Amino acid sequence: MKKEWPLWEVFVRSKNGLEHRHFGSLHAADAEMALENARDVYTRRNEGVSIWVVESKYITASNPSENGEMFEPAKNKVYRHPTFYKLPDEVKHM
Amino acid sequence: MDSKQRSNYVTSIADNHLILGQRLGELCGHGPNLETDIALTNIALDLFGQTRSYYQYAAQLDDAFASEDAVAFLRKEHEYHNVLLVEQPNTHFGFVIGRQFLFDAYHLLLLEQLQYSADATLAAIAQKAIKEVRYHQRFSSDWLKRLGDGTEKSRKKMQEAIDALWRYTDELFEMTPIDQLAVDAGIGVDLHALRPMYYQKISEVLEEATLVLPETNYFQKGGKQGRHTEHMGYLLADLQYMQRTYPNMDW
Amino acid sequence: MSEKELINLEQIFEERIERDEKIEPKDWMPEKYRQTHIRQISQHAHSEVVGMLPEGNWITRAPSLRRKAALLAKVQDEAGHGLYLYSACETLGISREELYQQLHTGKAKYSSIFNYPTITWADIGAIGWLVDGAAIINQVALCTTSFGPYARAMVRICKEESFHQRQGYEIMLTLCNGTEAQKAMAQDALNRWWWPSLMMFGPKDEDSPHTAQSMKWKLKRKTNDELRQQFVDQTVPQAAILGISIPDPHLKWNEASGHYNFGEIDWEEFWQVVKGHGPCNKERMEARVGAWEEGAWVREAAMAHANKQTNKKVAKAS
Repeated sequence: MKKEWPLWEVFVRSKNGLEHRHFGSLHAADAEMALENARDVYTRRNEGVSIWVVESKYITASNPSENGEMFEPAKNKVYRHPTFYKLPDEVKHM
Repeated sequence: MDSKQRSNYVTSIADNHLILGQRLGELCGHGPNLETDIALTNIALDLFGQTRSYYQYAAQLDDAFASEDAVAFLRKEHEYHNVLLVEQPNTHFGFVIGRQFLFDAYHLLLLEQLQYSADATLAAIAQKAIKEVRYHQRFSSDWLKRLGDGTEKSRKKMQEAIDALWRYTDELFEMTPIDQLAVDAGIGVDLHALRPMYYQKISEVLEEATLVLPETNYFQKGGKQGRHTEHMGYLLADLQYMQRTYPNMDW
Repeated sequence: MSEKELINLEQIFEERIERDEKIEPKDWMPEKYRQTHIRQISQHAHSEVVGMLPEGNWITRAPSLRRKAALLAKVQDEAGHGLYLYSACETLGISREELYQQLHTGKAKYSSIFNYPTITWADIGAIGWLVDGAAIINQVALCTTSFGPYARAMVRICKEESFHQRQGYEIMLTLCNGTEAQKAMAQDALNRWWWPSLMMFGPKDEDSPHTAQSMKWKLKRKTNDELRQQFVDQTVPQAAILGISIPDPHLKWNEASGHYNFGEIDWEEFWQVVKGHGPCNKERMEARVGAWEEGAWVREAAMAHANKQTNKKVAKAS
């Protein structure tokens, strides 16, 4: 049995209307403790209205060495952006 | 109830928070890990915040006190009316959690009544504090369960703490003449009425924590009359050190 | 990986830093970059955590409720900052337990300033004013360092620490506007904390072998001597406002350079404390190791409880 507390990632919504944002990480033995610790560590200056915690090991991350094939193909799809389409200046609000 | 008596009543409530906060303050930097240090410090800060609100009000009510600090630092040991439970030392982490748990359950019940006090200031303080204390109770109950239903060693240590602290629980519900005056005036809380709810709540959580409810019927009291345990003098020596060594100065 | 490929990777890496790109934990990085960062970030984290002790020493004796709450909040912040920094360090593939191990065995260092004792209330003022003042100078520079998690931790820490120095200076100001005894207490604290504060910036540039590498990786934006000068220049006028004097007979405004000249640091004392023979090295380590060892049963219990709960859930589901 592992004795040390696992690492958790903390996401905080700073106010309603905004998304949860990654705030940092901490150690906790269980989910309830992770929430309580997150409240005490990351919102002690009134920074949040909602907290998510997830054990770090459940996050699957892309590999930066594959960034070429992962992200560069999206760079040359200019037709996904509105500025790709040429319209005369008289056309307003589009 | 005259305003001096009212001041006494307010102070007797807040003395518990001052002394418990002082005990928690000793721990900062020495806990089992950073996360628990931060959590317990938050509880201490809540308690000191509440203490200040009560003492400011007490100083307003009684000319004998120049300020909140006069109430906090310049009384003799027998003039502090906190219960014996809160002055007990941080023997080990089980005692810290046990003391907190046994106090929080009482504190929440008290505030749930005090928020309806006919004294508007007291009611306002209670309404603000109640949210803080709900969290304290959640924190200490969760930890009680972790330590009770953790390892064999932790169960033993947690049980040891509960057994040792149990004899200080009954005092929480003792009614002093000032308490009675406050109840009669509609501003105070009838502590006798809280007792059954308290022991019910405590025994539920203890059971969940796989701990045994102590059976002793021998209780210790005296704190509310100003007769404290031997620990109190040392605690006050630290607390009052600066004000006693350098009297009448601003800090 | 061939040697040639490695050299190529290193070159691309250095160019990225040159362009002010941030390095993130999973990016390729030279082993030396990783090790240097583990060393520096953990040293920084240890300093926060050991730094709780000298100030924590005064929580129970703070002279007013307002001061007590502020000090408690400040020491709590230091625990938080230690936590942010350990987390940043952990992204480099080392656990907090290993880092503690390094601290407890003396393998890792922490800021020597915390090996000095806090013997009067004025020391709490002096630490906030001088020690946090010096720390902020270092930390502001680190907000733009190359390693992403470290830079982000520093941004958060700088934001939160802005009250620390003001808290300390306000304590000093109150003492200096107080009675003779209070003013004497403030002067005595300045006398004892001034030189150790100057030592916080580390050895002189010519004795600091890692400076060039650290500048390249933006772990340092200015040299030790530049930062020390900045600290002296900003602190001397603050002492004047307090009306207490800095314990350095050689301190003098230099019109030509636009900076203060100051006397020589006692480097023998500096190295003595770094090597573990300061006034409180032993006490600080005993306190940290003691807290960790006495807390072992608590951490184990929480883990055991969590495992029991998980097993119960699994049993229920099946």
